[in-house]
Amino acid sequence: MDDTDRRLMRASQAGLPLTPEPYQTLAEQLCLSKDEVMQRLTAMQEQGLIRRIAAVPNHYRLGYRFNGMTVWEVPDERIDELGLKVGQLPFVSHCYHRPRHLPEWPYNLFAMVHGKTQAEAEAQIRQIADLLGAHNRGHDVLYSTKILKKTGFRSGQSAG
Amino acid sequence: MMDWQKRLLDDFQRDFPLSPTPYQDIAERLGVTEAEVIGALSDLQDRRFVSRIGAVIPPNQIGVSTLAAMAVPEAQLPTIAEFINGFPEVNHNYEREHRLNLWFVAVASDAEHLQAVIARIERHTNFAVLQLPLLDDFFIDLGFKLDWRHV
Repeated sequence: MDDTDRRLMRASQAGLPLTPEPYQTLAEQLCLSKDEVMQRLTAMQEQGLIRRIAAVPNHYRLGYRFNGMTVWEVPDERIDELGLKVGQLPFVSHCYHRPRHLPEWPYNLFAMVHGKTQAEAEAQIRQIADLLGAHNRGHDVLYSTKILKKTGFRSGQSAG
Repeated sequence: MMDWQKRLLDDFQRDFPLSPTPYQDIAERLGVTEAEVIGALSDLQDRRFVSRIGAVIPPNQIGVSTLAAMAVPEAQLPTIAEFINGFPEVNHNYEREHRLNLWFVAVASDAEHLQAVIARIERHTNFAVLQLPLLDDFFIDLGFKLDWRHV
């Protein structure tokens, strides 16, 4: 990835223009050719530097009011296998391995769930618990009560 | 919202056309005009049903980041949140129901810069910041299957 890729990544992440030829518009903003913009975006997608190009829906606005950060304590030696299983559940939007901070924070697996009702979110959490089975040594769910800041620049996402 | 507008959101969370005229290509697939697609996307963005149209970048492609958590007294939360939000490095900040009630993501160009931001937050607020950086990403990101009941 070179500087041009980085500039293009930032610009395309911030938003594709709503013009008939958005990649041409982007190219003009970055002093590149349209072909170069499209080639670089294709290459970055193939390399996994860009995950996808998308119209990104605003879940909260579409009625998903119960957004829970579920956190699980699972054995470190099983986390890759378990994380991949949880990450594949259709209602999980992010699934990450993060460090524990003992004693106050024992959880090492994070999965974001989204429900339109509390019951729906709880059913999703039960499904994760069932999938983890005896490997689940404890879990918690932290619902968001207020979005205090959310900017368009998402390279850290709810990720970090 | 009309059916083709729902499909616009369902079908183009991935495989958004990387072609000279993507909105025209989408229009052909949905059986409407390019102007209708552009108009609908503009309207969906204005009404905040779509947060943006653009590239989705996996975490940690640009710079170094961490998820951070703090336990702060409810009465001080608005002031502390405002202070934290003032940092351009902070791109997400949520209040959550937990003893650790303030959760934010900070992104910086390098680890040193990131730690300087965290240190300033700790010094200014007098509360500890728990850092939970990403170690591994297990998510296969194909977009999100939307449920159109009760929109």
